[in-house]
Amino acid sequence: MSILIYAESAEGKFKKVAFELASYAKKVAGDLGTTVTAVTVNAGNISELSKYGVDKVLKVNSDKLSGFNAKAYADVVKQAAEKENVKLVLLSSTTDSLYMAPLVAVALKAGYASNVVGLPVSTSPFQVKRNAFSNKAFNITEIATEVKVLGLAKNSYGVYENASSLTEEDFNPSLNDADFSVKVESTEKTTGKVTIADADIVVSGGRGLKGPENWGMLEEMASVLGAATACSKPVSDLGWRPHSEHVGQTGKPVATNLYIAVGISGAIQHIAGINSSKVKLVINSDADAPFFKVADYGVVGDAFEIVPKLTEKLKAFKAQNS
Amino acid sequence: MKILVCISHVPDTTSKINFTNGDAEFDTNGVQFVINPNDEFGLTRAIWFQEQQGANVTVVNVGGADTEPTLRKALAIGANEAIRVNANPTDGFFVATQLAEVIKNGGYDLVIAGKESLDYNGGMVPGMIAGLLGYNFLNSCIGITVDGNAVKASREIDGGKETVSTSLPLIIGGQKGLVEEKDLRIPNMRGIMTARTKALTILEPVTASSETKAVKFEKPAPKSAVKLYTVDQLDELVNALHNEAKVI
Repeated sequence: MSILIYAESAEGKFKKVAFELASYAKKVAGDLGTTVTAVTVNAGNISELSKYGVDKVLKVNSDKLSGFNAKAYADVVKQAAEKENVKLVLLSSTTDSLYMAPLVAVALKAGYASNVVGLPVSTSPFQVKRNAFSNKAFNITEIATEVKVLGLAKNSYGVYENASSLTEEDFNPSLNDADFSVKVESTEKTTGKVTIADADIVVSGGRGLKGPENWGMLEEMASVLGAATACSKPVSDLGWRPHSEHVGQTGKPVATNLYIAVGISGAIQHIAGINSSKVKLVINSDADAPFFKVADYGVVGDAFEIVPKLTEKLKAFKAQNS
Repeated sequence: MKILVCISHVPDTTSKINFTNGDAEFDTNGVQFVINPNDEFGLTRAIWFQEQQGANVTVVNVGGADTEPTLRKALAIGANEAIRVNANPTDGFFVATQLAEVIKNGGYDLVIAGKESLDYNGGMVPGMIAGLLGYNFLNSCIGITVDGNAVKASREIDGGKETVSTSLPLIIGGQKGLVEEKDLRIPNMRGIMTARTKALTILEPVTASSETKAVKFEKPAPKSAVKLYTVDQLDELVNALHNEAKVI
């Protein structure tokens, strides 16, 4: 009995979440006295997984699976789990993995816990801690089934190197036509920009920025930090920024290492959406803004003065430390 | 076209979250319950199909009698009829099993559920229904049109969106984008009056096991106070972000 992870890749390269998942799996496998098997789909540099403790890789290479397809990929993971007689399947929390996780769980008759934020609280009975109530609380969930599926929340464990010697095996799951009944016709990706999903740092603006024409200074700070830009709900409702940048309870959740909020007062729904971020820096002219209550660092003052100055300081810091 | 919209009855987004009974249960005291926001986008889109294409819209919820005001609100917004599966929703698999039974017996073409509910945030019910029934499934759906049996839809992906084609019957996990927030329907007086006369059917649950259970709740540890810097102390701030927080 091993632990199975689905190591996500895009254009042949593993995503960072794959390494976080492998790191997590290695620790759990150590506690359970077992090994880590990964299943990959059209991934290139398989050996990278050995750095993070993966013992065996089931490699799937198939033109049919060149684009993500939830039903087909769920079928791949299910068959890999059955082949290895796996009792624990670990998935990431990317949009794709969240899409296929319930399909995998039903196919394996497995209990599924999503948004898991740490190592199992207990392995017998099997209990995990997960985010609930839009990050306003945690829930300890017990999974009663023999096979279990966990979805690990992004940035909730970290990436840890732990070298292993890895064996590779080609794996050819059987796929049927029904797997491809949802066909992707076209894809539009934001190019050349760091996306909220991939970012370790997010620079976000609110109504305090007064208008879309003032976003340039946030974009500049984001570019210095290699960060993504985001916004509060009123800003996207006003059409200053695209909806895809709206973070909050009904927008995108953000679980970054650093969340910088500029001119955002901190409505409860916004805080709920960003609360999983590790460090929060708030820049606001109103010293009583509720956001300061949940922030780690804060600057009270005029964003139009602070942001350009801070960007210069960050630029100088990067120049010295790169 | 027969549309079923799955409605979760959740605490209002501004609710303060507390627990009771030794942190084993959510404390509903003083909490206002609403239609789950992701479901509300789906419901409004369903009403659009009703108005534009003559679709019949049923709303369904798995819950006790206390959830009926939420279903009545959905009827007031314009749903034709409502179903309540009379059971305490113990976990996502249990809820999906109940909904799959309703869908199988009702012969719905399009099932719209929110991609996640804002209480347990499991994000699993729409996918589990699709898995149980073997229906086509689209998650994080931000746009959909139906022509006969053919469906064109779009869904959010990390860093963009994709356009897909598929066919009915279809389950979608929907979210903002299915309609814009400004287009969400609010019940008007006529709707509220009419809702009183619409059918709200109560079904008894089918036997189904729960695969998981919520054992206990915790609130995040209280935060230490914010460290404030002035505009003249930005060097110190950068230093703290690097050396103390280790995030740059």
